[in-house]
Amino acid sequence: MVAISEKAGRRPLVFAAFGLPVLIWLGLFFVVPLGIIGLYSFGENVSITRIETTWTLANYARITDPVILELFWRSLWLAAVATLICLAVGLPMALVIATASPGAKPWLLLAIMLPFWTNLLIRTYALLNILGTRGRLNDVLGWLHAKGQSLLGALGLDHLGLLGERFVPLTLLGTPAGVVYGIVYVSLPFAILPIYSSLERMDRTLLEASMDLGAGQWTTVRRVLVPLALPGILTAALITFIPALGQFLTPDLLGRGQVDMIANVIERQFKKANDWPFGSALSLVLLYVTFILLAARAFADAARTRRSERDREIAAAAIRAAAPERRASA
Amino acid sequence: MPRFRRPVLARPALGRTALSRRRFLAGSAAVGISLKLPKGAFAEGGKVNFYNWDTYIGESTIENFEEETDIEVQYDLFADNAELFAKLRGGNPGYDLIVPTNDYVERLIEAELLLSLDHSKIPNIENIDPAFMDVAFDPGREYSLPYMWGTIGIGYRKSAVDAPPESWEDLLASDRYAGRIALLSEPTTVLQMAMKAQGNSLNDWSDENLAAAEKMLIEQKPRITAFAPDNGQDLLLAGEVDLAMEWNGDIQQIMEEDDDIGYVLPKEGGLRWEDTLAIPVGAQNVENAHVLINYLLDAEVGAEIADFIQYATPNAAAKALMGEEYTANPVIFPSDEAMQNSETAVAPTQEQMQKIDEAWTRIKASS
Repeated sequence: MVAISEKAGRRPLVFAAFGLPVLIWLGLFFVVPLGIIGLYSFGENVSITRIETTWTLANYARITDPVILELFWRSLWLAAVATLICLAVGLPMALVIATASPGAKPWLLLAIMLPFWTNLLIRTYALLNILGTRGRLNDVLGWLHAKGQSLLGALGLDHLGLLGERFVPLTLLGTPAGVVYGIVYVSLPFAILPIYSSLERMDRTLLEASMDLGAGQWTTVRRVLVPLALPGILTAALITFIPALGQFLTPDLLGRGQVDMIANVIERQFKKANDWPFGSALSLVLLYVTFILLAARAFADAARTRRSERDREIAAAAIRAAAPERRASA
Repeated sequence: MPRFRRPVLARPALGRTALSRRRFLAGSAAVGISLKLPKGAFAEGGKVNFYNWDTYIGESTIENFEEETDIEVQYDLFADNAELFAKLRGGNPGYDLIVPTNDYVERLIEAELLLSLDHSKIPNIENIDPAFMDVAFDPGREYSLPYMWGTIGIGYRKSAVDAPPESWEDLLASDRYAGRIALLSEPTTVLQMAMKAQGNSLNDWSDENLAAAEKMLIEQKPRITAFAPDNGQDLLLAGEVDLAMEWNGDIQQIMEEDDDIGYVLPKEGGLRWEDTLAIPVGAQNVENAHVLINYLLDAEVGAEIADFIQYATPNAAAKALMGEEYTANPVIFPSDEAMQNSETAVAPTQEQMQKIDEAWTRIKASS
């Protein structure tokens, strides 16, 4: 089967006809604005509304301030933790959906997608209601605590104080834990869908073959399922990590302004501080981090494709080498 | 193998039926009919784009204005002055009337982003209390006219404190109410109050003052529950905090729902601010903007607005129409004695803004 890209490559006019609008759109709404931000990042404020590009590196130099670096590090760390949690929760969920009956599958997918259609702000405000010290989560935990206490009482163990004197509500708002919770909640649909689509396309018979050959369930998952689903998992990781890095709404609302991330600083530069050059420099550095991750992913993909092509050639050569003997013996 | 290939583009586009001209015309006619005419397309008086703070107008002021003048109002909201300024600095996206605070009026004038007001088109200007007609940030009121004024002080829950808080120190330096404090999230304002707490003027951004204020806030940060952008009063009402640095009108609004809430200006003084009406450069409907300003400065309209949003009105004629409950309310109209140490903010310079932002980033990043 001839790949579509090869066909288009042989027909440059067709490629241009379909590609030109996309390229114009990309150019006008992506490259040009980024270019302007780039020019700003090398500029300075000559008045409170005008920026002149003087090719100064002062804005980038300010990024080496230890506070800014600490905020970058904190953002990377929080985004990484949120991504890992999303993957840890997302992989089993994607597995459940991929192996669900055809009747249940659309409903499960709908359940995952429904939050997508709700505004981000509303979802975050809903979390405010749930995670507060008097929120629903603490209500449930308090109820469980009371039930636990009464159970211990019934067993005659309440004097041991196993569950503590009183129920101390969990403080999640205003802490990094609350912010991570918020980022996970908001990013989970993005994490589940790529893994699900990659699991859907996977050849199930390979799993059966692995079990038939004696591998246990956990080994099958670890050495067959995960490597096959790896493209989906990596995509999910990227789609979760990159937006998580640039979150400013969740830290502001769920962190109650206590857990600043780098995007909060960037937002402040464009509004309260009125320092667009510095904000542009910070934005571009964040963009470079994103590009590095995307490039790493592209290289990893290319390496894997090369490796699998090589494996295929070796296998084909082995089969060809074995074939004459089979014909001879047949 | 075929000797030649049929060109790709000659095949019909979708499915079996190609898009004939007739079908295309029918389709576009259907789309055209379904397009709605804009609401004010045939309004006699035209339109005006009003950009205001949220919940900062009377309940039916806009509808009444539209009925009386037949001018359609496009009413948009912004959350803070910085957002307003950021929108305008790149070129007016189409606003005719804006409501900047006094320090941002200064910056807008400096950036030449405001139009001179034509006082002859605003006869209701006589209603304004003469004390407001000549101010430092806009001499002679060439570019702005007063809309509302007020203070920033301390809202508190009476049953949770032994005595009404007397000083900013209760919020900014002491651990008596640790974990029950909300501050604003506006860097300039919070640092200004910290400077007041240390006995300095809130407009004196010298390096020592700023450093001392920053140090005070970094030490206090573990005891603060939230840096609330606009909802400190909601946290106070919900019982999440017992002390909040807030605007007086916001606290007054929740005082009507809960008797246990109080508001006080600390002894070091708070912030005295004034919101104004102004017309940005590039406004498309300057005439209508003047008509709207004149309407808002009318005595009865001003009284209706003041009654609804519970902020202090600079409109003497409107104030005369209000009852004792409003004019004698110490939260809305503090006594001279309570106000004696409060100051009006002067806009910091760009260099000062950078230092303020760096200090604020350090405060927010500390744990």
